[in-house]
Amino acid sequence: MLKIKNLNAGVDDKNILNNINLNINSGEFHVIMGTNGTGKSTLGNVLAGKDNYNIHSGDIIYKNKSIIDLSPDERAHEGIFMSFQYPVSIPGVNTMHFLRTAVNSIRKSKNQDEIEPGDFIKLFKEKLELIGLKSEFSKRSVNDGFSGGEKKRFEIIQMLLLNPDLIILDETDSGLDIDAIRIVSNGINAFRDKNKSFILITHYNRILNYLKPDFVHVMLNGTIVKSGGRELAVELEEKGYEWIK
Amino acid sequence: MSKSTKQQIEDITSSEYQYGFTTKIKEERIPNGLNEEIIKTISAIKNEPDWLLEWRLKAYNRWLKMSEPKWSNLKYPKIDFQDLCYYSAPKQKKKLNSLDEVDPELIKTYNKLGIPLNEQKMLSGVAVDAVFDSVSVATTFKETLKKAGVIFCSFSEAVKNHPDLIKKYLGTVVPISDNYYAALNSAVFSDGSFVYIPKGTKCPMELSTYFRINAANTGQFERTLIIADEGSYVSYLEGCTAPMRDENQLHAAVVELVTLDNAEIKYSTVQNWYPGDKDGKGGIYNFVTKRGLCKGYKSKISWTQIETGSALTWKYPSCVLKGDNSIGEFYSVALSNNFQQADTGTKMIHIGNNTKSTIISKGISAGNGQQTYRGEVKVMKNATNARNRSECDSILIGSKSGAHTFPYLDIRNSSAKIEHEATTSKIGEEQLFYCNQRGIDTEDAIALIINGFCKSVFKKLPMEFAVEAQKLMEVSLEGSVG
Repeated sequence: MLKIKNLNAGVDDKNILNNINLNINSGEFHVIMGTNGTGKSTLGNVLAGKDNYNIHSGDIIYKNKSIIDLSPDERAHEGIFMSFQYPVSIPGVNTMHFLRTAVNSIRKSKNQDEIEPGDFIKLFKEKLELIGLKSEFSKRSVNDGFSGGEKKRFEIIQMLLLNPDLIILDETDSGLDIDAIRIVSNGINAFRDKNKSFILITHYNRILNYLKPDFVHVMLNGTIVKSGGRELAVELEEKGYEWIK
Repeated sequence: MSKSTKQQIEDITSSEYQYGFTTKIKEERIPNGLNEEIIKTISAIKNEPDWLLEWRLKAYNRWLKMSEPKWSNLKYPKIDFQDLCYYSAPKQKKKLNSLDEVDPELIKTYNKLGIPLNEQKMLSGVAVDAVFDSVSVATTFKETLKKAGVIFCSFSEAVKNHPDLIKKYLGTVVPISDNYYAALNSAVFSDGSFVYIPKGTKCPMELSTYFRINAANTGQFERTLIIADEGSYVSYLEGCTAPMRDENQLHAAVVELVTLDNAEIKYSTVQNWYPGDKDGKGGIYNFVTKRGLCKGYKSKISWTQIETGSALTWKYPSCVLKGDNSIGEFYSVALSNNFQQADTGTKMIHIGNNTKSTIISKGISAGNGQQTYRGEVKVMKNATNARNRSECDSILIGSKSGAHTFPYLDIRNSSAKIEHEATTSKIGEEQLFYCNQRGIDTEDAIALIINGFCKSVFKKLPMEFAVEAQKLMEVSLEGSVG
């Protein structure tokens, strides 16, 4: 699914990511942990193709093709999705209209017809219920006046509707209470299958109790310093990052 | 790396008005220049009564003593008023036989705006076929209005058929000496619309200038007068989202509205005149005076405008709240792309007691566009309990555009409650990235964000107009991405 090869990237000439190598196969769930400011979110943004970042060397191979020349929307069309750490608000743009535009943009890129409005409304309400949001949510503006928890839930609803293959979850658990973590995790778990791959960026072990990842990587100063299984996260929680340094 | 967002934004905002001047127009002109003889000629051609000619001459003599206002934020070369032609006969558009003869680009735009086929034909001057008879539509329309007692006709017809109403109200809201352009209009106005809604009547349909398309091509100095008698209501739509082609560079219209006790006028405008090319050449100069007088108790006037056209826009639809408990509203979206400049806003003059006004202004500047909001809220000494709420938001697209806000407050009564909010923001790279990440390309994302920004104003438009206005914003921001 995804191969990151000797990736050096950052803002202007400065490297934030140093020589990252990572292999993610279809169906795998990877977790990236690390202290604040170590480049975890940068990695997410670089994978999604954000403008402000430059790739200095190395390559990102997704579905056997380099994607570093693709724009963010083209990457989204190819099935890359990022759940944002801080989703931005778009006042006046209705959640349902926004998502229908997104779904239809992706369908158009695959030469598919637009989804029937009636079908979409049904689907949208179904997902709202699954993630524990009321149907009035469809009348609000994108992330405008949402609580922290609502923002994260809305990100997951978008994931469910856009049906991507590679999902980057940037601190999806932060700002969520225990019940919400459970609901959001259930939503993610229901979405997992052998054709989908996940990268979860997090600080906490708690959500991993629900998500049961295959691999855990520790990032320090823009590079992956240790990789392991689920147990690595448990160990980190006990010993802290000092142990790795 | 991919083409940068900045570059894409610049591509999008440097798009050209897609409809050039293709139709050759046959004109009957009188000599250029402005003097008493010219005004007498205009009045004679129109077969006007003496009192109106005198009124015109009085306006002309006032105009001579006035000078062009310099206080706006607009920059343009000096206009030589003696080098203009002040009357051209109703212009006959070249009749075409089918839509196939119309510029395909224009048709594409019509389709994007969702304008029905028959209307496309009307707008582009295609001979109307037997199936769609615009005359019969207009006739049915006239019958319905007649039954309700509503008068809706061209200004010239009104002068002939309803001289008492014209005499009673003409120039009472915008006096001849009001400002330079209003004085000029009063001296030389060619034609326009007249509406009278009788007592206790709710106008049975929205009055649209569409239906007057055959009546007269009103030209550059348009004059509109709408009177809503006690307890009546009318919604009036001016202009349309379809591109308006016009060879007159200078436009100076005057619109006067009067509402008596418990009457309401809702006046909506969509202005999409030629804005000039992407280098700022050509384009229409639009100097309009629009004012409503809430004369009666609890009367209401509401202006809603979507301004996307013209090279220069100088326009301040205002309300004089004279009647006690009267209400004035101004909702505006103005977009300046390429080298367009708009200096627009409103004046709310509170004279009666318990008067209330609301101002919501949304300015969008893209390319090298410059956008100025200029608004005045004035509360007179004897106006107790006046209330005003103003909200002026500007959004900038790209790094070369500008937004300016000049709110003036003149409050002479301490019981007034005035709230003013203003924001200026740049279209966010974070917002664009968020949309892009969801698969929405930059062009669609800008349209989505801008339409969201304008939503509170679009909501005030009549339903079908609101949908068209949204599409118009998309077309106006459209470009050549990728």
